[in-house]
Amino acid sequence: MNILTGNDLATGDVIWWTGEGWSRHVEDAVDVGDQGESILEAETAARRVNSGYQIAGERDAQGKVRPAHIKDRIRALGPTVRLDLSLKPADPSVGNWVI
Amino acid sequence: MYRYDKYDQAVVDARVDEFRDQTARRLAGQMTEDQFKPLRLKNGLYLQLHAYMLRVAIPYGTLNSTQMRKLAHIARTYDRGYGHFTTRQNIQYHWIKLQDAPDILAELATVEMHAIQTSGESIRNISADQYAGAAADEIEDPRAWAELIRQATTFHPEFSYLPRKFKIALIASPTDRAALRWHDLALRIVRNEAGEPGFEVFAGGGMGRTPFIAYPIRAFCPAEQIFSYIQAVLRVWNSHARRDNIHKQRMKILVHDLGHEEFTRQVEEAFAHILTLGTDFPRAEYERIAAYFAPPPFETGLSEEIDRSDPDFALWVDRQIAPHKAPGYAIVNVSLKRIGGIGGDITAEQMDAVADLAERYSFDDIRVSHAQNLVLPHVRKQDLYAVWQALDAAGLADVNLDLVTDIIACPGLDYCSLANARSIPIAQKIAQRFADPARQLELGELKIKISGCINACGHHHAGHIGILGVDRKGTENYQLLLGGSGAEDTSLAKITGPGFDENGIVDAVEKATDVYLRERTEGERFLDTYRRIGVEPFKEAIYG
Amino acid sequence: MAESPLRFRDDTPADEPAVTLDAFLDQQDAVSVRIEAGDDVRRLIPVLDRVKLVEIDFPRFRDGRGYSSARILREAGYKGELKATGDVLVDQVLFMRRCGFDSFAPDAPIDPAVLDAALKRYDYVYQTAADDAVPVWKLRHG
Repeated sequence: MNILTGNDLATGDVIWWTGEGWSRHVEDAVDVGDQGESILEAETAARRVNSGYQIAGERDAQGKVRPAHIKDRIRALGPTVRLDLSLKPADPSVGNWVI
Repeated sequence: MYRYDKYDQAVVDARVDEFRDQTARRLAGQMTEDQFKPLRLKNGLYLQLHAYMLRVAIPYGTLNSTQMRKLAHIARTYDRGYGHFTTRQNIQYHWIKLQDAPDILAELATVEMHAIQTSGESIRNISADQYAGAAADEIEDPRAWAELIRQATTFHPEFSYLPRKFKIALIASPTDRAALRWHDLALRIVRNEAGEPGFEVFAGGGMGRTPFIAYPIRAFCPAEQIFSYIQAVLRVWNSHARRDNIHKQRMKILVHDLGHEEFTRQVEEAFAHILTLGTDFPRAEYERIAAYFAPPPFETGLSEEIDRSDPDFALWVDRQIAPHKAPGYAIVNVSLKRIGGIGGDITAEQMDAVADLAERYSFDDIRVSHAQNLVLPHVRKQDLYAVWQALDAAGLADVNLDLVTDIIACPGLDYCSLANARSIPIAQKIAQRFADPARQLELGELKIKISGCINACGHHHAGHIGILGVDRKGTENYQLLLGGSGAEDTSLAKITGPGFDENGIVDAVEKATDVYLRERTEGERFLDTYRRIGVEPFKEAIYG
Repeated sequence: MAESPLRFRDDTPADEPAVTLDAFLDQQDAVSVRIEAGDDVRRLIPVLDRVKLVEIDFPRFRDGRGYSSARILREAGYKGELKATGDVLVDQVLFMRRCGFDSFAPDAPIDPAVLDAALKRYDYVYQTAADDAVPVWKLRHG
């Protein structure tokens, strides 16, 4: 699947295209097919995303979205060395999801 | 240390105003990201993996307690309670919001701090010796010249859109604690035969994709002409560097392409011309600045005795203390390399603790080293025990200066959008493997430096053991390099062979240290043994 | 080209179109010359007397070669019009003025209000340049 990600302009938060807007949670990301470029153009112009780009993703065994590259999994979660600062500080297995 | 007058303050305040305006225009859509990016980079604001990252300048690695407390306040108020000291003696915050950045810069301006030219294609922070003003072997305190050069290169109208970043380092002693010749422009304060002060100048150093050690371009530049000389170097580079390939635009590439002789010739030609323009600062201005770097009022008649009855304290003294030029004083090295922690990271509470100690025990003077540790430069020996107890309570009393667990590591893929691999977990694994204090002392001086990508912010080219993280078909992979140095015996580390995964690289490092222990002769450091026996014994042990 | 170029001179602009550096050196009666980013502007120095207009192009605003070219010309005594063309953003105009540019023909229009604020923002400069701004060290010591 092709998913879109970027950063929120004002806050810098990592965001994911949900089909309707931008979420801070990668689970909400949708497959944009071949519409990625045009979505990004419109959303960038409207300042709803900064430095957006398209990446490959897949659905894991539970059907949850998993970015193909480790860099984007780290963006989705937070620094692997500070899981207390991640989006899921209480989840002990989350480090495995990244790697 | 230097204190702003009304002019310095006005410049910084105007910059805050300008950035506030530029940020507002960006948020309102009057500027695209392409247009805004170089402007925010000129104020040290990156867009990184998780958020914006702000790099605050700590000019030549010097700050006082008021400034440190402000940095703590910023960590608490605008970030997530901590900061990270870098290999250029600056501090970074990794969780910044663009909408807060103007307010942060405004707060910094109230304590004479800024983020000017800490990134982008600018003249960056000037690195200096973290022992300046305290070390016995320096000719004079280099920071007075560093401050003069800082002012001269701030908002320089000709050199604000350079081909790439430009890094200057400045030392005043034969011992190099600032990785001098790894910089674009390296200056060492010397005296000529007549006893007049000047600079030995080296040019064209740099790490990254194509590392080079700076070459000696001028044996002596009279001190008061150094600004003309720097402008000559910059003009030649600004005019003639490539502009078509960002990986080929650092000055080291132009130096290499033209050759040393031709590059020197062009610089001398430009220097002769620029000298006629009268751009150098007058002697009176140098003296005004230098007055701020006069030695603090050291007491005399102090005790040289250190009570070593506490064995933990004794271990710390033996490792973390460096000799001071004033009798009765010591230089204190504060380790930010806790085993299991993140090197260079410091919490807001720890920053406040260091500020208190500096104010009380070190003439309100704190330094940052390029190895991502801190220094309290002027501590009375009779105060060392109290200082140590306070550091220990704050988690800042690790005993590992220049040892195997005193690792330099860039933030890497955990934080940085340029990275190919994570570097912090590797540093942590290595530190844990070698944690035993006796083992660390047995290995002695061993500088491990880890970069998460070829940009080499972790200085892997200059590591006795260097580690470079790469992306190998989507997986993190680590290359092992040996034999680099960022001291006066500057050398480039060489790769040993194929890379390893994150567990393999730790084993490889251990095998390399085993070879050292087996082969070393009396008094040899790891680096010395490597230089004597060459890479083959290490390759055999590592690759079989 | 921009609809209303910005000009900080009182004299009449040269109305001859600018020719390339090579052409200018060949044509004895040319008065306007266009300097590309990679040109060596020192080739103009021997013939500066007949130059009325130098246009220096900025192909991308990040390409800062034109700043050095401008200063070299002013240092050689050039008093004619020095125009910055191309990808010139309002945030660069102050530095360009300090390097000796006195007119601007940016690709994209520059908001006059934003420009005015930018030019007035900094009361002090640290170093001398091609303008007559007094550097801070001189204010400190007279």
